[in-house]
Amino acid sequence: MNDVAIIGAGQSTFVRYYPGSVRELAFEGFSDALGHAGIAAADIDASVVCSAPEYDLQRSPAGVFAEYLGLNPGPTFYVETLCSSGSTGLKLAYSLIKSGLHDVVAVVGFQKMSEISSAETQERMGRGADIQWESPFGTMMPAYYAMYARAHMNAYGTAPEDLAAIRVKASTYGQLNDRAVYRKAVTADMFTDPDNMMSGSVASPLRVGDCCANADGSSCIIVASAERAKSLCDKPVWIRGIGSSSAPVNLAGRDLFTGLAVAREAAGQAYKMAGIGPKDVDVAEVHDCFTIAEMMAYEDLGFAGPGEGRDLINGKETYLNGSIPVNVDGGLLSKGHPIGATGGSQIRTIVLQLRGEAGEIQVPDASVGLVHNIGGVGLYGNVTILGR
Amino acid sequence: MGKKEKDERFRKFGTVSFTGTTRVNDFIDHLEQGKVTGTRCKSCGNTFFPPRADCWACRSSEMEWFDVQGTGRLVTFSTLAFGPKGFEGDLPYTIALVDFGAYKVFGRIADGIVESDLSIGMALAAKANPLADGRINYVFHKQ
Repeated sequence: MNDVAIIGAGQSTFVRYYPGSVRELAFEGFSDALGHAGIAAADIDASVVCSAPEYDLQRSPAGVFAEYLGLNPGPTFYVETLCSSGSTGLKLAYSLIKSGLHDVVAVVGFQKMSEISSAETQERMGRGADIQWESPFGTMMPAYYAMYARAHMNAYGTAPEDLAAIRVKASTYGQLNDRAVYRKAVTADMFTDPDNMMSGSVASPLRVGDCCANADGSSCIIVASAERAKSLCDKPVWIRGIGSSSAPVNLAGRDLFTGLAVAREAAGQAYKMAGIGPKDVDVAEVHDCFTIAEMMAYEDLGFAGPGEGRDLINGKETYLNGSIPVNVDGGLLSKGHPIGATGGSQIRTIVLQLRGEAGEIQVPDASVGLVHNIGGVGLYGNVTILGR
Repeated sequence: MGKKEKDERFRKFGTVSFTGTTRVNDFIDHLEQGKVTGTRCKSCGNTFFPPRADCWACRSSEMEWFDVQGTGRLVTFSTLAFGPKGFEGDLPYTIALVDFGAYKVFGRIADGIVESDLSIGMALAAKANPLADGRINYVFHKQ
């Protein structure tokens, strides 16, 4: 079904500290996408802005950006599903186009996390969980994912070194990505060297090396109707499947701790809509905010059976030359995780792969790509399948 | 005529509370009486922990309280080496999820129980736990 396409994708360089305001940051990703699509702002008839609130002080950023990006008087909408806001923005753009309301929609994601301290950031992130019943105990994102890691280890014998192997893979490709925050090599030895920062505990059993870094960044995906895509673009990438789901916010309301129910539900929807299965995917971007998140994604997406994720990484099947290359742009673990910009960056990587524009990390002849983007601790799940 | 005072009992919950009031504020009184409590829907019998004022299943808001009693099984846990803003003084501490069968309870492991004392599946009980400055939460103890 070729009815809604991505005709351009861009992102800023992800950095620890962006020396400018949020509207200026958004301009970078937006301009990169316009250049990639070879169109002008005037070709866009609506925009969707994606971020998680309270990292900067601008309220209702969509209206501010519409002016700064040259998108007035087109309508603009703000969407938020924490770390998966970008994928939710893509779904809204898809719906706006599929409904016939608009023909070309820009999905702009951004986050400037450097305006507040790391402890404040953890407090904000923790409040993306259950503030009434969980946050008063001092929760934070790494600790929630650590609880999943502990359960996965207990159920399947997954070991800390299996998780470290995921970070080693990420760094293999992060070193090649000039838009990534973290571009140094990471080796398995670093996780066992007490003098190395990577080995320090954050929330047991997760260590510093298991966690992605906060970042400032922006991204933009330009989405168009079939008719406009064909007239504006030589290499449209089609949205073939879009799945999304929600789960109880408090862990007490959940039954599954060795995987994310939202990812399984969203993947099922996306595969069904696209009419494909996991074996048909040539390249994937998964939400590796923590190493355990990528491990669970292997299994939730059906790339590996339950508990078999470690065989996939240890057999290097998710490397560029493996059977299912995953996060060969370095992932969030290397790129950094500017919340609202992350989904757009993941989508961009798949768009480049399907257009044959991925350079050193190109998967030969990739024709089907998948994006797995999770908000909160499995509070929101989004899986998108793209095809040439 | 004085203003009616707001009932903000829930401000006392945990090291830092992010919620001033809730229609289940009595949870705090129960903690102060030494009980950890959940709610049960009077209409359909659904049990809820954390306690809810409204039943999602049958839409009733007629609830009764029940005590979280006995022991549950440790589902998973993590010990934090860093904490969010406001929790620095508590470090290190362990958060945990315990399964009581009809419901699960998210909370903290009691101070003094170290990570090496914990294993998934072990029996733990939830107990009210007064904190400094009149604050209160609940923690899990070994039986």
